[in-house]
Amino acid sequence: MKPKVAFFDFASCEGCQLQVVNLEAEMLDVIGAVDIVQFREAMTEKSDDYAIAFVEGSITREKDIPRLQKIRDQAKILVALGACATIGGVNCLKNFQPLEEVRKYVYGDKAGWYETFAARPLDAVVPVDYYIHGCPIHKDEFVKVVKALLLGKKPEIPSYPVCVECKRAGNVCVFELGMRCLGPVTRAGCGAWCPSYRDNCVGCRGLVPDPNTNAEKEVLQKYGLTVEEALGQFRIFLGYSEVAK
Amino acid sequence: MKNVSVNVDHVTRVEGHGNIVVNVKEGKIEECQWEVVEAPRFFEAFVRGRSYLEVAHIVSRICGICSVGHTLASLQATEAALGVRISEQTRLLRRILIQGENLQSHVLHAYFLAAPDFVGAPSVFPLVKTHPEVVLRALRMKKLANDLCDVFGGRTVHPITPTVNGFTKLPEIKDIKAIRQRLVEATPDLEATMSLFQTLKLPNFQRETEYISLKNKEEYALYDGVIASTDAGTTPVENYRSWTNEYLVPQSTAKYTKHVRESYFVGALARFNNNHEQLSPRAKKVAQALGLKATCTNPFMNTVAQVVEAVHAADESIRLIDQVLDKGLKEEDRRVLLKAGKGVGAVDVPRGILFHDYTYDKNGICREANCIIPTNQNHANIQKDMEALLPQILDKPQEEIRLSLEMLVRAYDPCISCSTHLLKVEFV
Repeated sequence: MKPKVAFFDFASCEGCQLQVVNLEAEMLDVIGAVDIVQFREAMTEKSDDYAIAFVEGSITREKDIPRLQKIRDQAKILVALGACATIGGVNCLKNFQPLEEVRKYVYGDKAGWYETFAARPLDAVVPVDYYIHGCPIHKDEFVKVVKALLLGKKPEIPSYPVCVECKRAGNVCVFELGMRCLGPVTRAGCGAWCPSYRDNCVGCRGLVPDPNTNAEKEVLQKYGLTVEEALGQFRIFLGYSEVAK
Repeated sequence: MKNVSVNVDHVTRVEGHGNIVVNVKEGKIEECQWEVVEAPRFFEAFVRGRSYLEVAHIVSRICGICSVGHTLASLQATEAALGVRISEQTRLLRRILIQGENLQSHVLHAYFLAAPDFVGAPSVFPLVKTHPEVVLRALRMKKLANDLCDVFGGRTVHPITPTVNGFTKLPEIKDIKAIRQRLVEATPDLEATMSLFQTLKLPNFQRETEYISLKNKEEYALYDGVIASTDAGTTPVENYRSWTNEYLVPQSTAKYTKHVRESYFVGALARFNNNHEQLSPRAKKVAQALGLKATCTNPFMNTVAQVVEAVHAADESIRLIDQVLDKGLKEEDRRVLLKAGKGVGAVDVPRGILFHDYTYDKNGICREANCIIPTNQNHANIQKDMEALLPQILDKPQEEIRLSLEMLVRAYDPCISCSTHLLKVEFV
């Protein structure tokens, strides 16, 4: 029997689910191999009987918690889909400002109507089995993870930094172009997506497990940056880990 | 007398979370409401304190589907604030990029989100078995549009290369030529799409309202222009606040807007009503074949206007690509002089006109931000349409009422992630 799969989302742009829809040709293979029972962005029919849950988005309000717990209770395997879910991502930018002020800034005197708390990744609330990193996720990595899960294997996610992939791609280091970059401490797996287009890495895949000891950290030193300074500058996706420290 | 209770909790096949609540007691409508229940995300607060180079990357994350549009509106606003005049080359490449997004988004909505209703399917997935040629065609067209965005923006979802005053990396001429060839070869798919939508029967529901979009005397406006209304002429984009008049309602985490009337419409149908004379000759023929005529006041026809725009997007992309190939591309100096300032950007994205407005300090740090999203501008119009449609269909079975209301909401192609996230039909 084909495994039953469901997609869910919390606070997010739904771009990672869109990346799944964007699989195009491969999407038909995925549809052939699994039984998608819930995917609100794409389908009306739904069932709460599923074994694998892909969850996009950050947890940003009290009422998200029981909803996520229910998904966790039902799913045998819970996969966090994309930066909002895996590391908190862009939603955590608000955590650096007093939340009352944030609500008032956007909703004025009606701020009280809009519940919110400090944004957090899924694993701050429930255990997560696997992570598909990135903002957005990379389509190839999604397919790789689905294949591994179907074979009953543990998906392999790189623990080395983006620098490794960037050098392999033969890119000119963006530091040499006068930019600053988080490639030396960010988890690889995207194929150095942004530096390959001459833009700096902003850490959307989260940090490598050992940012302060990994060898590529020397790249930062060479250009006069400590890991802490680099992180402070690139808060866009990594705000939660900064807060957690 | 009849009781009707519809309660659609999270309308499906839309981007984001919204509900429809309808309650009819003994033939009397007690409740008829469109609710936006998306988790609020507070992007305007996110960008405060961030550098002018980061802001477009942050606000791109408002929405995965419209990330090109958010990126471009953001860059325009930042450039207006800094007093930067972009080159003709940059403007040309951005105009191709927004056509790519329009094509991608319209194919997604017309085929994946709206069309299943017309063949009685709950989603596109069962159609893989019953109508494989339709699904394969949709996937082919979507891939073409995504690849077009990849060539010109580095990536479709959250583009990489568009940046303040230019591009971090220019597209390769060989990739541009290859995508041009595929756009030419898409003709049979575009024609088949037109034929498919000719066979679909849309509800004949009319309600007069105001239609607002960009307008540009040079072309069918998407990337830039002035604000235009079917009721009130035109005004520069800097006046967007007095034309949108945002307000809050308790049933929605999204803001509502109004202008001349109680509500107004933005999106493909608004652009068609304001600018149809500037469509490509082929797109005009498709509009005629599909029975779309300005000024069209049937909101269900928005999906048809999207099909017309998809054809226009292919034609316009080819026309603009030919200009690129004719002139060639050259590396340009992207450096800008920082200064304090305030600027507004407006792009007509797949779901309608989008405004970004920023204030920067002299160090290029964003101090104030305001974004007005297309779907938010449509919420009040959706509500007014529901109120007008419901009495006309009250004699129908409850399931049919529910489906009609859901189809109405879907016709707007709401993108609630953008607006924050809302959509739920409740028949209580």
